Amino acid sequence: MKQLLILSGKGGTGKTTVAGAFISLSKAKAYADCDVDAPNLHLISHWSSAPQRSDYFGMPKARIDTAKCIGCGECLSHCRFDAIKAGTPFRVKPFACEGCGVCAAVCPAGAVSMEPAPAGKLALYRDDARAFSTAKLSMGSGTSGKLVTEVKRRMGSAAEDVELAVIDGSPGIGCPVIASISGVDMVLIVAEPSLSGISDMERIVKTAESFHVKTAVCVNKADVNPAKTEEILSFCRERGIPFAGVIPFDAEAVKAINSGKNIAELDIPSGRAVRKVYENVMELLWKEAKQHDHKSAVGEHGGIG
Amino acid sequence: MADKPLTVAVLSGKGGTGKTLVSVNLAAAAGEAVYLDCDVEEPNGHLFFKPEKPEEETVAVKIPQIDTERCTGCRKCVEFCAFHALAFAGNHPMLFDEVCHSCGGCALLCPAGAIRETDKAVGTVSSGRSGHVDVFTGRLNIGEASGIPVIKHLLGKIPSGGERPVFIDCPPGSACAVMESIKGADFCVLVAEPTVFGAHNLAMVYELVTLFRKPFGVVLNKCQEGENPSEAFCLEHQVPILGRIPFDPELGALNSEGNIAARENQRYRELFGSLLERIGKEAQHEAAFDSQR
Amino acid sequence: MKITIPMNEQKLESGVCPSFGRAPYFLLYDTNTNESKWIANSAAESSGGAGIAAAQLLADSGADTLITPRCGENAEKVLSGANIKVYRSVDGTAKKNIDALIEGKLSPLSEFHAGFHGHGG
Repeated sequence: MKQLLILSGKGGTGKTTVAGAFISLSKAKAYADCDVDAPNLHLISHWSSAPQRSDYFGMPKARIDTAKCIGCGECLSHCRFDAIKAGTPFRVKPFACEGCGVCAAVCPAGAVSMEPAPAGKLALYRDDARAFSTAKLSMGSGTSGKLVTEVKRRMGSAAEDVELAVIDGSPGIGCPVIASISGVDMVLIVAEPSLSGISDMERIVKTAESFHVKTAVCVNKADVNPAKTEEILSFCRERGIPFAGVIPFDAEAVKAINSGKNIAELDIPSGRAVRKVYENVMELLWKEAKQHDHKSAVGEHGGIG
Repeated sequence: MADKPLTVAVLSGKGGTGKTLVSVNLAAAAGEAVYLDCDVEEPNGHLFFKPEKPEEETVAVKIPQIDTERCTGCRKCVEFCAFHALAFAGNHPMLFDEVCHSCGGCALLCPAGAIRETDKAVGTVSSGRSGHVDVFTGRLNIGEASGIPVIKHLLGKIPSGGERPVFIDCPPGSACAVMESIKGADFCVLVAEPTVFGAHNLAMVYELVTLFRKPFGVVLNKCQEGENPSEAFCLEHQVPILGRIPFDPELGALNSEGNIAARENQRYRELFGSLLERIGKEAQHEAAFDSQR
Repeated sequence: MKITIPMNEQKLESGVCPSFGRAPYFLLYDTNTNESKWIANSAAESSGGAGIAAAQLLADSGADTLITPRCGENAEKVLSGANIKVYRSVDGTAKKNIDALIEGKLSPLSEFHAGFHGHGG
């Protein structure tokens, strides 16, 4: 199975829209939403059956047995995460607790125990042909990377014989992004032509590079700022990063998404453009040649038509 | 009526809705102000403010350092570590610092006193000035998993007993980094865009601010003709709509070039000035802001 | 040799588990006595550092050889500290891999993937 991950660095560049289009175009039998903090892919995926739901457990949380607590405050003075509230009785602040166990270790009264704590909900949609794995991290939770790994693992188990899996990633460069990059065959970065968009794109490119994974970049809403789009193209050229194409800003795309339609299936400017980007990405994904091939880095996609 | 200037956190759930646009322009329109960029994974505010002579500080976390001479091989540290950052093989202890959560437990529990703590750099905070605004930017080092220590350091920069409003540009989402960013906020501004994704993610941060009992209101950004699922959400849940920013190619162009609309354009100076007033009223602080008019 | 292999099921005729850190069991096979032991992998449920924890388990098990499809760089440090040689598994059952190893047909595992920064893997 080849896994294609869609990232952006900056939020709001169009990852989920592009992922949705790719899933439709490739008729992907396996896909996943790894933006466990703010999952959106399920809003544009159509399933008639209900998913299998399960709880996700992150780190355990400390619990103070109020009957045993002697109010000495040892837990509070040793907690590095500001997760204990003094009072009668002392209490754990569950959102802050990271499950390290120091409080349980230092409590002279044995009043602190570490208890399993659900930190999110997983959902797996399946039918004979397809599998879609997604999850939602509970508000304020950490360990999002472990949940991301679990989402991918479930997709993999549910669809072992599938050729191509498409994964919608999350914004940023931290925990959930790092976990989503591990083990994928290619990363497509959806960039936007703005000062912020370029700054964020550079950071996510550096992050992907540190994992030595095949990476390509496309620009969404490219016509909003042709000069900045050209900057992104130059950046890719200089670094030998394959450029997968441009998608114009398209008011019709927003309408389509809001009414549950997929842009790849419509004859609108963004739909036509995303199909070209898809073809370029597929060519790169299935190519066995080395990752950074200068000749093909820009190819016929150089310059903005 | 309290005179203390407000600390306003700007958040959104979904990325790309306009948190930075709103927080940067509010700070610029407020006269003397403080701006904190807590989106430490992808900070953007500094691109707009271009602060003069920024000074940089390193943000570090504590990781254990094991003195192998003193280590007796009892393995209490290995057994204790909930994150599996420690192992023992070939008769010596090993540390995997990328997995370490800096809880201090191993150093505390080592019976031989063989573990002490040392600093590991995870990011930076830079401070500079732009016009009437003090700009603080947090940056997480590439490859580090969690921005929380950087956010904590950044929040420590807020002048105590300050007389100026503080604007906090939050990370996207509603997970631990966002929670950390809004901890000290007096008021939360939720920025929403008119798409199904936007409305869905607005619901998430609505839940977060409600849970944390923060007073809040919504700014609808990129408003166009037609249905606005985020507006519908606000009406349904009786959420105050503080203002509407139209979808405007001129604003988009200013923004994509890194310009602060409230400084470049009279119309936007007025729009953000009004928004400030509305926030002030909503937060019951009428005289909180010294708007540049 | 005391060979260990990550497994989904407690059967020599089962296929090798694709995950190292989160395999439900480790087979421990002694080539001198032809005896099999099964170790339940407590690391499988870890929030993070599963590879490290699984490697620690193996370091303490008396194994001297590991056959696995993949392994992270953190786990590799623990394994090499414990003098456990790591070989790349081939498609097929645990039995097939053990025989291949004895016949000198398996190659050492030379690529170790980056740690997942404590986030599963």
